[in-house]
Amino acid sequence: MATTMITTLDRSSRAAARGLSDISIRNLFIIPTILFLIVFNIFPLIYSLGYSFTDFRASTNAPANFVGLQNYRDLLGDPYVWSNFAVTAKYVIISVAGQLLVGFGVAMLLNRDIPLKGLLTTLLLLPMMLSMAVVGLFWKLLYDPSFGIINYALGLGTFEWLSDPKMALYAVALTDIWMWSPFVMLLSLAGLSAVPKHLYEAAAIDRAGPFYTFFRITLPLVAPILMIAVIFRTMEAFKTFDLAYILTSQPTAELISIRLYKMAFQEWQTGRSCALAYIVLIMVLAITNIYVKYLNKVKER
Amino acid sequence: MTQIELRGVQKFFGAVQVIKDLNLKINDNEFIVLLGQSGCGKTTTLRAIAGLETIDGGDILIDGKPVQHLKAADRDIAMVFQSFSLYPHMSVYENVAFPLRATRKSKAEIDQEVRSVAKTLQITGLLAKKPSALSGGDMQRVAIGRALVRRPKAMLMDEPIGALDAKLREEMRAEIKRLHIKQGSTTIYVTHDQIEAMSLADRIVIMHEGVLQQVGSPDEVYSHPANLFVAQFVGSPVMNVADASVAETASSASVTVGGAAAGFEFPRALLSRLNGHAGGQLALGIRPEGVLVRHEAAEGFLPVETQIVEPLGSFDIVDLKVGSKMLRARTKSGFVGGPGERVFARIDPTQAHFFDTASGKSLGVRL
Repeated sequence: MATTMITTLDRSSRAAARGLSDISIRNLFIIPTILFLIVFNIFPLIYSLGYSFTDFRASTNAPANFVGLQNYRDLLGDPYVWSNFAVTAKYVIISVAGQLLVGFGVAMLLNRDIPLKGLLTTLLLLPMMLSMAVVGLFWKLLYDPSFGIINYALGLGTFEWLSDPKMALYAVALTDIWMWSPFVMLLSLAGLSAVPKHLYEAAAIDRAGPFYTFFRITLPLVAPILMIAVIFRTMEAFKTFDLAYILTSQPTAELISIRLYKMAFQEWQTGRSCALAYIVLIMVLAITNIYVKYLNKVKER
Repeated sequence: MTQIELRGVQKFFGAVQVIKDLNLKINDNEFIVLLGQSGCGKTTTLRAIAGLETIDGGDILIDGKPVQHLKAADRDIAMVFQSFSLYPHMSVYENVAFPLRATRKSKAEIDQEVRSVAKTLQITGLLAKKPSALSGGDMQRVAIGRALVRRPKAMLMDEPIGALDAKLREEMRAEIKRLHIKQGSTTIYVTHDQIEAMSLADRIVIMHEGVLQQVGSPDEVYSHPANLFVAQFVGSPVMNVADASVAETASSASVTVGGAAAGFEFPRALLSRLNGHAGGQLALGIRPEGVLVRHEAAEGFLPVETQIVEPLGSFDIVDLKVGSKMLRARTKSGFVGGPGERVFARIDPTQAHFFDTASGKSLGVRL
């Protein structure tokens, strides 16, 4: 089966002249990738699962003691960790909803014949191509209370975006929306241009108004691809670390990944942080699964 | 009660003029077929009437009111597309109900209308299905249902059965005709298939390169084509057209085709009706059924040699060599044994057409 799916090697090719068979060429391409995956992903994953059941601390030479489910029990009973989860949930909802609104909105605006559409689209995609750390650093400058351009432009005086406990999380979410809306826009544009033009013509003939056409034709037909955007963005937002870490140190904006980082590399509770990492992983998997189920349902229509 | 009128309609795509000064009046309840090759402007004309295409000149009037500046939604016209254009994410019921829901009718009213249309089109059993689960014919029934449900002023159909296979096309053709007779709404139907046009139309409008060629009943268009294009476009097998010269003989006129030794005999009356075209620039058009063939020599019949014989079941098409030209004749099946046979042929003067080769126009000779 596997060999039939591969295009057979051209007998006159140079690879064939060197005595390489189809199988050996396939192995040549695949084995390095698999090795890389095992060494850097799968091995640490399994190794950390083992650590999550111990009281191991990477900062000491003390041997790891098996503690069973103690780490998990402690973490799930810790209100501090739960508040981190609550903060993360709030952040995910605000950030993903914002990106969806802005991204889809801009896509709707771009989905027509306008001059310089290609250039405009490319320029709008720029934020998402920047490094998270860079975005974090210059948004910190933009938010700066004394010389930040945001306060200057909005006339807010010395409003403290990032040190205000109430505002910090929203400020981080706003930066994330700015950075990742283009991603949603890109997927939405693909979805919108895939809606056949003749359906809009049929709707126009059927006397459907713009709103009716949008909610009954455009939105349902773009929904599957929007779902994919939501899945990706939710996963990413759930894991957000660098942006929030660079922008603010407010406890009200302490996402679960920051808690995890502190636990692992500042408090050196290696075993416990492994357990927390697994809890986060299971949560992300669960959320993604719900989305994928819903996506399949949407696709069926 | 809907009349549609086109007055001097012009349409350009860039520098190309796709509709050239089109004038047409469509009466109430009339079934009009726009017939022409692809790219002749027939679909553009239909879309212009629907409001999906703007026009660059002229007027489109519905019931005497100019509508060329109105949006499609405000013209109260329904359209059936070649691609069906059913909403893929909605069930058949929702598809048919869409035009009613879009205009916010009450639920009970919608349900009643949808079910009555579904009954007419025999799609009641399909109402819960998605379009993707339907066959081509059923999809088109649903599309027609969606157009019918709101009782539009006029129905526009853009090659509605062009995407179906031959057998289904024939069935749907009959169904569309039955439906039109029953519902009786002004209908404009676009097709490139002349059989469809002949069988459905009250009047056929033949277009070529954006110019209207002829408007008339199927019979009129078939029997009295206005020019060479119509003559050769309408009718299958295609009409024979050959350069001809006419000479006067003792008792009659003689029409020579393809430099043959002898000419076909025509009544003397022909001479006076050619208006000076007798000498040259004259083409004779004769449909295959107007070429009479027999095995024995007879008065007025010329001896000819058969070439290819195409048996088509109910009849044969036989190529006859007349001088350097080929005349296709329609005979009973099996009438001619094969190529190389000697038979006798004449042209039925009542079915002959004469055209000016320079302008392509028919000389209107009726013998």
